[in-house]
Amino acid sequence: MKLTLKIWRQDNANSKGKMQTYSIEGIEGDMSFLEMLDVLNEGLINKGETPVEFDHDCREGICGSCSLQINGEPHGPDRMVTTCQLHMRSFKDGDTIVIEPFRAKAFPVIKDLIVDRSAFDRIQQSGGYVSVNTSGNTLDANAIPINKQDADSAFAAAACIGCGACVAACKNASAMLFTSAKVSQYALLPQGQVEATERVENMVRQMDLEGFGNCTNTGACEIECPKGISLENIARLNREFLSANIKG
Amino acid sequence: MSGIPSSSIARKIIMALSGLFLVVFLGQHFVINITSVIAPDTFNTWSHFMGYNPLVQYALQPVLIGGVIVHFVMGFVLEIQNRKARGVRYFKYNGGANASWISRNMIISGATVLAFLFVHMYDFWFHEMVYKYVEFSPEDPTRYYTETVEKFHSPIKTGLYVISFALLALHLLHGFASSFQTMGVNNKYSAAIKTFTKVYAVAIPLGFAFIAIYHHLNPITH
Repeated sequence: MKLTLKIWRQDNANSKGKMQTYSIEGIEGDMSFLEMLDVLNEGLINKGETPVEFDHDCREGICGSCSLQINGEPHGPDRMVTTCQLHMRSFKDGDTIVIEPFRAKAFPVIKDLIVDRSAFDRIQQSGGYVSVNTSGNTLDANAIPINKQDADSAFAAAACIGCGACVAACKNASAMLFTSAKVSQYALLPQGQVEATERVENMVRQMDLEGFGNCTNTGACEIECPKGISLENIARLNREFLSANIKG
Repeated sequence: MSGIPSSSIARKIIMALSGLFLVVFLGQHFVINITSVIAPDTFNTWSHFMGYNPLVQYALQPVLIGGVIVHFVMGFVLEIQNRKARGVRYFKYNGGANASWISRNMIISGATVLAFLFVHMYDFWFHEMVYKYVEFSPEDPTRYYTETVEKFHSPIKTGLYVISFALLALHLLHGFASSFQTMGVNNKYSAAIKTFTKVYAVAIPLGFAFIAIYHHLNPITH
């Protein structure tokens, strides 16, 4: 497979980036997208050029490290996959592929295709936890009866890997789907009730402080999420936030 | 209520509540307007009531104007904030792959409806204010039907109204259902709510367009 790649190149956070065009040959359909970029980088290194920097870690769709806006969609054209799970068979010989970093003011570019997603960490740190007594007499979580439906919904919300595709896809660069998943995974469980009020208030406040946009319910985040996080979580976040503020 | 005033969710809720209020007003407006087609005398009676009842004039009308202003101002504020939140724009952005054109362009349909509102206010509300408070003309409960029909004499104005109603339908197709999601309603009733909102979003503007076209095609002959 022979491809033309248009890739965003940027030396550092303060420099002005630009799109650069590369030609690449010998790409097999069974290669992952990141393996294709590995091939590109090998070629660049052999020519003495600077390789394209991009985030990756597990390459199994679990860690949430890989990102990339591919042909205008986060994680590319396939559904329910991360970039590392995207295979080159999704493209045709002769295709031009546009590769950009996830764009959001709250996700500044560090270099090339790598963005700083620590805004998500700060949202999580502001309330995405439950306080547990670890003095030795902690109640076994499995001993607490939980409705099966709630347990399933909490688990589905907890599947969020924090990759940032929701922000990248949203026309408003909103982080509502991420924040709602992190609030929901606790809001549905008895262990999460103690800190429920301050959790939602703090996480929403931090989300706003980071400079993410406002959700307008386009649903793009849900479609592009590699873990299928549902818009139901955003409705739950709204309910939790309203409820927390009414309680004071 | 510590987090509400400045939060992004509060802004969404303000949009949703003011939008729902305007949706209800649209329904009431349509019910009165359709009587101009099926029962002109009833239209005159109801229009006169709306124009001279103190509760409507001095309580409900200011609330309505407030609702319109809040909805549009907040809409533009959200649009500006959301554009800033993107920062550097994408070289290629395939928004159509994951969201409808309607949901991504509420500002276009909303701004068109706002422009229409100015024309509409000039046509009816401004005229009414001049009639009552500038010219101090006497009450005439029979004038409304004739005045309304004459507004649609011009094919250009009728066309503008119909185009505006089409954009209003697009705006409602996303906005009405979206307001329920914002208010936290996403449950087993959501499918039924979505169906109802879509039917309403098409039926009401279609009904308004029908009224405009009907009066254009059936002018009053003197």
